[in-house]
Amino acid sequence: MSAAIAPGARVRVRDDWPEERGPCHIRTPHYVRGRTGTVERVLGAFPNPEDLAFGRPAPRRTLYHVRFDQKPLWDEGNPRDTVLVEIFEHWLEPLAEGRH
Amino acid sequence: MAAPPRPESVELLEKLVAALSARGILTEEEIAERQAITDRASPETGARMVAKAWTDPAYRALLLSDGTAAAEAMGVTMAGAPPLGVLEDTPTRHHLVVCTLCSCYPRAVLGYPPHWYKSAAYRARAVRDPRGVLAEWGTHLPDSVEIRVVDSTADYRWMVLPMRPAGTEGWSEERLASIVTRDALVGVALPRVP
Repeated sequence: MSAAIAPGARVRVRDDWPEERGPCHIRTPHYVRGRTGTVERVLGAFPNPEDLAFGRPAPRRTLYHVRFDQKPLWDEGNPRDTVLVEIFEHWLEPLAEGRH
Repeated sequence: MAAPPRPESVELLEKLVAALSARGILTEEEIAERQAITDRASPETGARMVAKAWTDPAYRALLLSDGTAAAEAMGVTMAGAPPLGVLEDTPTRHHLVVCTLCSCYPRAVLGYPPHWYKSAAYRARAVRDPRGVLAEWGTHLPDSVEIRVVDSTADYRWMVLPMRPAGTEGWSEERLASIVTRDALVGVALPRVP
């Protein structure tokens, strides 16, 4: 599978809460949902854990390393500090240039 | 005196293993082999990899581009293990590894995770207040150094390549490895010259 999002691209994590709709297994932490970050690099393609956890056929999805600034996430901390999180492609929305 | 009742988890495990064996999916021997590999793994492996990277530029390049291959080059069995990523500390960037969702840890090269790594307190605080957590380990970094928390949320496992401390010039790989602790490989501490 080819990676659709290039390193350096600004992305937004979907503000979605499948936990509220029923049983699920999500590897996207709560604290980055709806937040904006930057793709650091493409890590590869891995079976979708949301299917794998339930023994369903799990298509491979591209996994990205996405960087977030610490301070906007928590509204505190050192403005230099960052967090890198592994996020699957179906949780990411590209941000148009100029949007925030 | 009657033997205490066996935990339900043990009975469940035995039934699961029996069912998998009956279907030819997994044998007792394979489980024993995997247990032996897991028990053999220890932070000394990660320390040897770091020491080699400090002295061998070609190995350093391999470690940073393909941690799995770098571990295999040191004799680690990586088949069946998640891919290993290695995070390079620099004078302006320090890495701290956490798994906020559970306790993902590079077991193949560090062995079993310490209890604190799995605690709710570390998992919640490392990602939100990394400088506060580091200070409790006696690790004080200037504000000019970026702290990059790496939340191990999916298929990779992460290990830190710390900076080689001053005062270790001319040391052998073995001596260098002796100052690379498990805590330094997770990023809560720095290698120190005794």
